Amino acid sequence: MVTLTIDGKLINVEPETPIIQAARQLGINIPTLCHHEALKPYGACRLCVVEVVKHKWSRLVTSCNYPAQEGLEVLTSSDRVKRTRRMLLEFFLARCPNVPVIQQMAEKMGLKTSRLKKKEDERCILCGLCVRVCEEMVGVSAISFSNRGTAREVNTPFGVESEVCIGCGGCTYVCPTGCIEMVGELHAPGGRRLKMGDLALDPCPNDYQCATCELEKQFLGEMKRAVKDFRQQR
Amino acid sequence: MKRISSASELEDLRKAILQERDPTKKIIRICNTGCRGSGSIKVADAFVHQITAENLQGRVTIKRTGCHGFCEIGPVLVIEPDNILYQKVKPDDVPEILSETILQGNLIERLLYRDPENGEKISQEADIPFYQNQRKMVSHRAGRIDPEDIDDYIAEGGYTALSKALTTMSPVEIIHTVEASGLRGRGGGGFPAGRKWRSCREAEGIVKYVIANGDEGDPGAFMDRSLMEGDPHSIIEGMIIGGYAIGANEGFIYVRDEYPIAVEHLSIAIEQAEAYGLLGKNILSSGFDFTVEINRGAGAFVCGESTALMNSLEGKVGEPRAKYIHTVESGLWERPSNLNNVETWANVPLIINQGVERYVETGTQGSKGTKIFSLVGKVRNTGLVEVPMGITLREIIYDIGGGIRKDKRFKAVQTGGPSGGCIPASKLDIPVDYDSLKEVGSMMGSGGLIVMDENSCMVDVAKYFIGFLLYESCGKCVPCREGLKQMHEILSNISEGHGEEGDVELLEEIAHFMIEASMCALGGSAPNPVLSTIRYFRNEYEAHIFAKKCQAGVCRNLFEYFIDETLCDGCTLCRKKCPEGAISGEKKQVHVIDPAKCINCGICFGLCKKEAVRVR
Repeated sequence: MVTLTIDGKLINVEPETPIIQAARQLGINIPTLCHHEALKPYGACRLCVVEVVKHKWSRLVTSCNYPAQEGLEVLTSSDRVKRTRRMLLEFFLARCPNVPVIQQMAEKMGLKTSRLKKKEDERCILCGLCVRVCEEMVGVSAISFSNRGTAREVNTPFGVESEVCIGCGGCTYVCPTGCIEMVGELHAPGGRRLKMGDLALDPCPNDYQCATCELEKQFLGEMKRAVKDFRQQR
Repeated sequence: MKRISSASELEDLRKAILQERDPTKKIIRICNTGCRGSGSIKVADAFVHQITAENLQGRVTIKRTGCHGFCEIGPVLVIEPDNILYQKVKPDDVPEILSETILQGNLIERLLYRDPENGEKISQEADIPFYQNQRKMVSHRAGRIDPEDIDDYIAEGGYTALSKALTTMSPVEIIHTVEASGLRGRGGGGFPAGRKWRSCREAEGIVKYVIANGDEGDPGAFMDRSLMEGDPHSIIEGMIIGGYAIGANEGFIYVRDEYPIAVEHLSIAIEQAEAYGLLGKNILSSGFDFTVEINRGAGAFVCGESTALMNSLEGKVGEPRAKYIHTVESGLWERPSNLNNVETWANVPLIINQGVERYVETGTQGSKGTKIFSLVGKVRNTGLVEVPMGITLREIIYDIGGGIRKDKRFKAVQTGGPSGGCIPASKLDIPVDYDSLKEVGSMMGSGGLIVMDENSCMVDVAKYFIGFLLYESCGKCVPCREGLKQMHEILSNISEGHGEEGDVELLEEIAHFMIEASMCALGGSAPNPVLSTIRYFRNEYEAHIFAKKCQAGVCRNLFEYFIDETLCDGCTLCRKKCPEGAISGEKKQVHVIDPAKCINCGICFGLCKKEAVRVR
C-alpha cells in the first residue's frame, strides 16, 4: 500500500492505482469523458488533468493513467488545473457545440461559448470508449479508429458494414455524447444494428446522459447476454 | 566468409584486408547515396564501363560510398591517395578523368571546387572551407567506405570497439563509460544515454530490447539517413555494445520505408555481420548472443516518438501512450526497452574506442561530442555537416555554409525540425548545444538547420510547420489535434489578411495550453514554431494583422509588386513572361505593373536580372 494526499486528504491505496480511482474513493470527483473503470486507461480527452507535486516539482498529468505513488501530492482543482480544463472545454465546445454533456460541463466552468472556430454539427469527440469496449470487452473490434490527425474518425474496417458486429450495443452504452445509435430489435428479423452519423432515427430522448436511466440496466443485461450468446456460438 | 570467433581473429582479418590492398592503385570514391539525385550512378557506371574498356582494372578502382556531405556540388568524387575532389561530375567527364588525372596525374581545372570568396580553385578535399571547419567523428567513414562491404568497415577499424567491449569490459563498466562520456540522445530530447542504459539494465525483467530509432521524418533532414546509408555497421556495432551492457539479446532498427537505400544497406550489413559471427550466438566467444531485425515504418512522423514507435513495432497503430511508466521499465511488449536514435548508437563505438578522456575534449560542459546537422535552405553550401557541440550558429551558416545565397539578408534559422523554433540574427552567436538552443525557444531536435533569408515570411513559416504537424499528428489527444487545427486556422486567417486584434494572444494561449496538456512530445513541442516566431518577429504578425502587409512578399493578399524606375532597363523579359499581361512598357523604357491585373504569381520577381521588381 502507498500513501498519498489528494487535495490535502490522506489516502492508502494499492500501488499503481490510477489517481482518478483513489480520488473517487475519497469522494472527489474528477471530470472525464474518455475514462471508464472497466476499460484500460486511455488519456485522450485530458479533462482529468491534475497537478502532481513530487520532490517539489509540480506538473500536470492525466489522473486516469497516472499511478499512485508513495508521498505523492495531488491537487485536483488548482488554478493551473482549472485553466487547462477550461481551455479543453473550449476546444470541445468548438468541436461539438450542440452536445449537451459538453455544454453542461462548459457551463460548470463558467464557459458559455468558445472563442475558437466552431464546427457545424459534430457529435463524436473521439474519446475512443466505443472502440475500446468493442475491443476489450466484446473482443470483436468491429469498429476502430481510421485516419489520423483531424481526419481521425471511428469507423468499421474500410468503411463497409461490419460482419463481426454482434449488435451488443456496448458502444451505444458507453458513448458519452450519444453519437452511436441503435437500429432495430435484438430478436427481430435482421437483428439489431448500430448506426453512426446523422441518421434520421430516434435517439434516446435524454442523449444517453442519465445515469439512473432504466434503459441502462436493460442495456447491461442485454449486452451481457449478447456477449454470452456470441461466445457460445464460437 | 569465415566466422570470426575471437578478438585476435578480427585483428588478423583486418591486417589481411589491409595487406591485400595495392597501395599504388588509385581509388575513386564516388557518392552513391545522396548524389544519386544528381546522377552519380550514371557517373559510376561510366567509370566501370570505361575502366573495363581501357583495361585499367589494375590501376584504379571505383568505390561507391555513402554521403560525402557537400550535397550542393554533387555528384562528388574523391580520388585517393591524393584526395583530389571533383565536383558536379558528369558521365562525359569520365574518360578525361581517367586519362588525365588517373594516368598522368594532371588536375582538371573545370572540375575543381572554386572558392566563391576569392575565386581560387581548390584541389584537396580537406582544404575546402566547407570541410575545413567541420569535425567529422561520427560521419567520417560515411564518404570513405563502401557501405555494402563489411571488410571496408573492418579495415577502417570497425568492430574494434565491439571486441574491446566484449572481451575486456564488463557491462557495468561500459555503462559507466557511456555515462562519463556525457553522451546525450541525438534524436532531440537530449536525455543522457548512459542514465537511460543504467535504468534499463536495472529494470526488472529477463527479456529486454534495444531499439534504434531511424524514423527521421523532419522536412529537410537527412542526418540519420546518411548514417544508415553510408555507415550502417557503426549503428549495428553500437547496438551490440548497448545490448551487451543492458542485458538485451534482441535489437530492432526502426527505419522508414521512404529510405529504401538505408533499408537495403542495413539489411546487407546485418547479413554480413551475421556471416562473420559478429551478430548471432556467442559473439567473439564472449557467450553473448545478439540479433538485429529491421522494421520498416510506413512514414508517419509521429512514429519517431518513442512510445508510438514501440506501438508500431508491435504491429499496432503508431499512437503514443502515456509515459508515466518509463519505456526502460515497460516498453516494447511491456518489457524493458532502451531506445536511442541511430546517431546516438553510432557514437557508442567511438566512445569505447577513444576512451572517455578523448571523447569529452569535444563539446561543451553540458553537451559532449559532435552533432551532425543537415544544412539546408537559403544557404550557399547545402549539405551534411558534423560540428563540435558549442560551435556558434554563425560559424555553421557563414564559415561552413558560405553565407546566404545571392548575398541576401539573413532572417532566421529554424533548428530542430518542424517542432523546433526560428532563431533570429541577434541570436546567431549562441553556442549550439542542447541547453542554449532550448533557452532561445528552439531545440536541438534531430539536427535539421533550415536557413531563411529576407524573402521568408515568418507567419507563413509558422503556418507551414503547423500545417505539417497538423497533418502528422495522430489525433489521439485533444490538445494536439484540436489545438493544431485551431492554430492553423488562425495563422491562415492572418496570412490571408483576415487577422484580427487578439489573434496573437490567442495563439500564445493555445500554445502554452498545448505544451501543458498534450500527451506526447509531438503535441508538447508543436507550438515552438509559433511561439518562437511570435517572440522574435512579433512585428511581422502585427504588420499582417493591422497594416495588412507582408513585407517579405509571400502572403499573396498582403503585398503588391512594383517596378523600381531607377533599376529597370526595359529588357522586356517580365512583360513577355507575365501570364496575365499585367506588365506594359516599350523596349528600353521603364516597365509598369498594373496592380488590377497582377495576380502576385512572382514570375517577374524571380526573372528580373536587375532586381527591379520589388515588393511593397
